[in-house]
Amino acid sequence: MTQLLEVDNVDVAYGATTVVHQVSLELRKGLIGCLLGPSGCGKTTLLRAIAGFEPISAGEIRLDGTVVSRPDWTTAPERRQVGMVFQDFALFPHLSVAENIGFGIRHLSAREREARVTELLKLVGLPTYGNNYPHALSGGQQQRIALARAMAPRPRLLLLDEPFSSMDVELREELAREVRRILKQEQITAILVTHDQMEAFAMADRIGVVNAGRILQWDTAYNLYHRPGERFVADFIGQGKLLPGAVLNEHQVETELGIITGLVPKGCDIGDPVDVLVRPDDIRPDDQSHISGEVLDKAFRGASFLYTLRLASGGKVLCYAPSHDNFAVGERIGLKLAFNHLVIFPRA
Amino acid sequence: MNHEATQAVTPPLRRWRRPDAWRSGVVLTALILALPVLVVFAHLLLPSGEVWQHLRETVLRDYVFNSLLLMLGVGIGVLLIGVPTAWLVSLCEFPGRRLFQWALLLPLAMPAYIIAYTYTGMLDFPGPVQTQLRDWFGWGYGDYWFPEIRSLSGAVIMLSLVLYPYVYLLARAAFLEQSVCVLEVSRTLGNGPWAGFYHVALPLARPAIITGLSLALMETLADYGTVAYFGVSTFTTGIFRTWFGMGEPGAAAQLAAVLMSFVFVLILLERWSRRRARFHHTSNRYTQLPRYRLQGWRRSAALAACILPVLLGFLLPAIQLTAWAAGTTDVWMTPEFLRLTWNSLGLAAITAVLAVLLALFMAYGQRLRPAWSNTLALRVAGMGYAVPGTVIAVGVMLPFAWIDNTLDAWMRETFDISTGLVLSGTLVALVFAYCVRFLAVSLNTVEAALGKIKPSMDDAARSLGMAPNRVLRAVHMPIMRGSLLTAVLLVFVDVLKELPATLILRPFNFNTLAVRTFEMASDERLADAASAALAIVIAGIIPVILLSRTISRSRPGHDTTA
Repeated sequence: MTQLLEVDNVDVAYGATTVVHQVSLELRKGLIGCLLGPSGCGKTTLLRAIAGFEPISAGEIRLDGTVVSRPDWTTAPERRQVGMVFQDFALFPHLSVAENIGFGIRHLSAREREARVTELLKLVGLPTYGNNYPHALSGGQQQRIALARAMAPRPRLLLLDEPFSSMDVELREELAREVRRILKQEQITAILVTHDQMEAFAMADRIGVVNAGRILQWDTAYNLYHRPGERFVADFIGQGKLLPGAVLNEHQVETELGIITGLVPKGCDIGDPVDVLVRPDDIRPDDQSHISGEVLDKAFRGASFLYTLRLASGGKVLCYAPSHDNFAVGERIGLKLAFNHLVIFPRA
Repeated sequence: MNHEATQAVTPPLRRWRRPDAWRSGVVLTALILALPVLVVFAHLLLPSGEVWQHLRETVLRDYVFNSLLLMLGVGIGVLLIGVPTAWLVSLCEFPGRRLFQWALLLPLAMPAYIIAYTYTGMLDFPGPVQTQLRDWFGWGYGDYWFPEIRSLSGAVIMLSLVLYPYVYLLARAAFLEQSVCVLEVSRTLGNGPWAGFYHVALPLARPAIITGLSLALMETLADYGTVAYFGVSTFTTGIFRTWFGMGEPGAAAQLAAVLMSFVFVLILLERWSRRRARFHHTSNRYTQLPRYRLQGWRRSAALAACILPVLLGFLLPAIQLTAWAAGTTDVWMTPEFLRLTWNSLGLAAITAVLAVLLALFMAYGQRLRPAWSNTLALRVAGMGYAVPGTVIAVGVMLPFAWIDNTLDAWMRETFDISTGLVLSGTLVALVFAYCVRFLAVSLNTVEAALGKIKPSMDDAARSLGMAPNRVLRAVHMPIMRGSLLTAVLLVFVDVLKELPATLILRPFNFNTLAVRTFEMASDERLADAASAALAIVIAGIIPVILLSRTISRSRPGHDTTA
């Protein structure tokens, strides 16, 4: 089956500066993808290239198997049937909410248009707001109208550029889940751009971690967390520390915390020095254990504490512990290993 | 989707590139608009003929000398009126300050040639002032000395009275933008109001004042009506005389080119001071400025300083015009006057709409294709505002006459039909000249309004399936409606007031309010000229109102009632 969106070795350059390098990704119909990365990493540029606002300097972008971007060819954005939700929503101030939503379906008859607008207003939970003007809406409401407007023409692909960044932090995750519900209900294929991994986790089926214009890994949230392919991904997604160790055999690595069992990737020889990713949920406090760490810092997270611990060698690890175990800074606590996934990076 | 279908819709590898209207169109428009100035400048390079030699030996020195003297006098005049009044209304408190804030702009509505002939009528031998004096003192003709208004110094005073608002406007904006902190620091260091003005406020506002000054001087150089009426020989009158008196368009163009180099010095001065002005904002604290409360003789002096310019530059001449117009109903309650008004309004309306459409095309083209060529094109197209109407008229006439003659000759030869004057003798030439001169007015307004619309608006409309030219109509134009209307009004009034280009380029027997005013005044039918003049002045008040509304809203934190 053909992928809905294929980005094939794409470069995007502004003048002499290449801001997107050799990016490839594929997205099947109905899935929600996400480009996740720090600000300035090129994720928005890549999104704008997919929308047709930026020409590409190498590679190819295909929609439904049709080439829409090539270094010598850019199908105009208005001819791509790609919808977009903007960071600042970009609602037209001179049009009412209903007119905004109806903007992209001018070709329909008045009755069809009205029916679609009503349906979308209901879908985004603002059925009575059709006659309001954008300036009279709250940020969250504007967000929903912007989404409804972009969905109105039933685009083949919907792009969302940091759509929650102007929202209150508490609202973001909730809104992201809400948008996901709407997109899934309408079976819309979408790509989200964000720097907030909680948003990405809440919304996306596939996430690409972007850094310095490259997609480092295109995978599910679970795999990005538990099977990061690169140090940057391991560092950027979730929390964790790298602890030095050495390969014992195909499924064992020895570290200061003891022997950790898992799958050692091919190419690592016995005795090779490696770094092992230790997530806070990979170790637990255990009074019986002979391995211990000194509490350097602690952060209360409600149900749990996040402890920063110093091991005998000086190496640091993080540890989540239920909040009824309240250790003091400076205290030594025993540690037990609870690894499910072994993630190691060969040391250069 | 199967593979064959995919291949079928794949775009061809190489495609013939269509010329891009938003790029080449904008550059082409700018080139056409720059044509008059280029034609005039080309005459600097042409071999100078005998006429030019003759001009150089006889009158050129007078033109240069008088123009420089005029600029010097007007320069001093507008500074002396503009800067103190600006400082008084922005940093002092005295009765009537709020009223003066906008009333001081009123003389902008008074074209220089109108105020010139109004004062002539008031101060001439048979005028009310001298008659009154003779009555009082029992003098007869030749018994007393009275200053001659129709002179170079008279022209200096007239031009200063109507051009000082440029300095006032920019100086006032600069004083208001100065942060409270700087002025308060100056006060804590023991500077009183006058010392604070001299040591802090004035130096900080200097770039803005120079900008205002250079604008006033550009207008001085562009003036034709006043100096022609007063019989002062300057470049503009010289160009007229050389062309129509001596029948030497080439030499007239060479004079125009010399005049243009004066103007370019002013443009450079203006650009330079604007650039410096950017570095003068040190702090962004904008609160209501604490104003010095003036008491006693200071208060009376401030009042006088603000009343005089408004009285002399607007009220007195306006009252005189009204009185004249009231006494000459036979002149203006006629079908002829109606046709005159219709001509003027129609011409101004057509030009205004055209200039705004051109500005919209160019500014939007630059937004779509922000290439250096488009940016340059916009700047070139906006240059016309600095170019005197006389120069533009010369620069339009020469190429248009050439095109007409060539076309006519070719048509005669090929089809034995005479096309006559298609461009040069018609309204086309006039409207084109107006567009060259006033495009900057519409361009500034449209560019500013377009800049306020976020780029994501464009992107949103396009991602919803709309092509760029439709986006302009469906999104930008409705959002900018207010600014577009302002731009139309501003150009409209400027066209209504314009005199020298209209005089040169109007079709035979085609009259406008401005032309009729000038002609009647030149025939010493001063009272008869008043009704047309008054119509122009009343229209001129529109931009003054627009302007005073904009500036009262321009300052953050500024109370809107002020």
